[in-house]
Amino acid sequence: MTDLLSTPEPAAGLAPASGARQVWRRLRARKSALAAAAVLGLLVLLALAAPLLAALEGQDPNTYHDALVDSARGGVPLGDFGGISAEHWLGVEPGTGRDMFVRLLYGARVSLLVALGATVVQVLIGLAVGLGAALGNRFADSALTHLTDVMVSMPLLVFAIAMVAVVPADFPRPLLLVFAIGLLAWGSTARLVRGQTLSLKKLDYVSAARLTGGSSWRVARRELLPGLAAPVITYAAILVPSNIVIESTMSFLGVGVKPPTPSWGQMLSTANTWFRADPAYVLLPASMLFVTTLAFTVLADGVRVALDPREASRLRVGRGGRESRKSRPGGTA
Amino acid sequence: MTTYFLRRALGAVAVVLVLSAVVYVTFYVAPGDPARLACGPRCNTEQIRQVREQLSLDDPLLTQYWHFLQGVFTGQDYSTGTSVLHCDAPCFGLSYQNNQLVTDMLVDRLPATASLAVGAMAVWLAVGIGTGLLSALRRGGVTERALTWLTLAGTATPVFISGVALLMLFCVYLEWLPFPSYVPLTQDPEQWAWNMLLPWLALGLLESAKYARLTRSSLLETLAEDHIRTFRAYGVRERSLVARHALRGALAPVIALTAADFGSIFGGAMVTEVTFGLPGIGQLLVNATQKIDLPVVVAVVVITGTAVVIANIVADVLYAVADRRVALR
Repeated sequence: MTDLLSTPEPAAGLAPASGARQVWRRLRARKSALAAAAVLGLLVLLALAAPLLAALEGQDPNTYHDALVDSARGGVPLGDFGGISAEHWLGVEPGTGRDMFVRLLYGARVSLLVALGATVVQVLIGLAVGLGAALGNRFADSALTHLTDVMVSMPLLVFAIAMVAVVPADFPRPLLLVFAIGLLAWGSTARLVRGQTLSLKKLDYVSAARLTGGSSWRVARRELLPGLAAPVITYAAILVPSNIVIESTMSFLGVGVKPPTPSWGQMLSTANTWFRADPAYVLLPASMLFVTTLAFTVLADGVRVALDPREASRLRVGRGGRESRKSRPGGTA
Repeated sequence: MTTYFLRRALGAVAVVLVLSAVVYVTFYVAPGDPARLACGPRCNTEQIRQVREQLSLDDPLLTQYWHFLQGVFTGQDYSTGTSVLHCDAPCFGLSYQNNQLVTDMLVDRLPATASLAVGAMAVWLAVGIGTGLLSALRRGGVTERALTWLTLAGTATPVFISGVALLMLFCVYLEWLPFPSYVPLTQDPEQWAWNMLLPWLALGLLESAKYARLTRSSLLETLAEDHIRTFRAYGVRERSLVARHALRGALAPVIALTAADFGSIFGGAMVTEVTFGLPGIGQLLVNATQKIDLPVVVAVVVITGTAVVIANIVADVLYAVADRRVALR
């Protein structure tokens, strides 16, 4: 009985493969997405190679250089643009004289790691809760939907900050941030998964799998997850930049990663007192953060369009008229 | 209608109770020892034991939580060894830092946060709804594209960047405004407004991006509905179509979102408060977290949660009032 049923399997396995190639082709057709991907690729490369590049420059993120700052003027870096020189490619930090180039690179590591880790946690919880609500009985659905509603409405930052106060100080902070963001901000993902699953459930092939005796778990894994891939990937791509902003916000507020670990948000919190004397010190982490979040947002938009077959036809036809614009799904926009 | 309110009110009470229990338990059972935190770093074991007794930390957890609730609803007495300190009805205990009543600390901080919330809301409603309407009505043109990019950039820029940019522009280079320092409204209304201007702009512009998108999509959706098409077929002019028939339904979700956001802003405006040095509740929460001042953190979290739950009920009611087709069930 189940052998007969497993015939859709190869089809389900094949479709995403050819679909993936198609999606990739559509993504490449968009110049803005391509540019964003290039920027992010470079950033990831820089973050991965941070120790190498630091060695190349001959600096490390935590060494103080008292001789490079003007102690008479409160620690403003000597030289132009925050003390740019052959030894310090992007100048030094005011007050301490630590190397900016290396600190920015290590800051990128923190931002990307925390944001991606938190996204993974969010998507996993969102999938579990969303699928549980959509496939469970009436009671489970109502309980999980209520929980999701509460999670969505609560101000994330307040609770994330409170979580930092509870966890003992020796717990590694980046990991704590991953969990604080991931455990608190999965509500909208769960909502999306539940909605998508409910509409997928009505489709014939899923009903067929259920009627022929596939267990809920099997149906979820074999029939529903492939159908959920596109909306969930699209949504995860939007979650990453928002997680980067949350991490930098928490570091800015002094409840993120602990010094001396460099983080863009943390640099900006001290930048607040320095921007009159040393504007370069504000501009560097601010532009890193801005470029990164913007690139992720643009890439996410590209992924959304590439994964949406209706948008794809619009691409071929050219700049869309009324109808193709209206057909954009509101949920993922 | 009455049953609706009863059901929502009961639901809200349940959520708040569960939330406060979860927060309370995680905070006081969490690995760190509250007595040690309350006592300070220089306490010896004997002093810590006394503090444990004072805070009745050895009681069963349920009893402790019950005392916490009792404090919130009826007030509580604290013995400080020699004298008794009475803490009135909404009592959230004593701060570990300075033995001040947490309720007093919150009341002190409320004016700054309320000033920020009201002004920023005016900015984001004016700018957000304005741009949203403009980009919906000028669809497909340069205006729409420019506005789309502006709102995208707006959402991608956190307040601590846009805030510093505003400070640099208006206080350092143009020197049009003094460096903001909070002046209470009751002390000098004119100075209050001048000093709040930049915080209002920073928070208001950030939020307005969200409102612009919502207004735009909501108006476009309403304009595509059957009754609007019927009006159009009868020859109603486009201007009055939008102003008199579409806007009411289109703004319903915007009004609902405003109410919901207003609830969360009381704890959630901490970035703006820290960036501009406003002595509000958000800043209090950040300071309390850094010093692990648990009673303050618990109070802010529980109050914010309650405010959000109430605001969401208000939002649903306002939605139904603005859009008659929505039935409250």
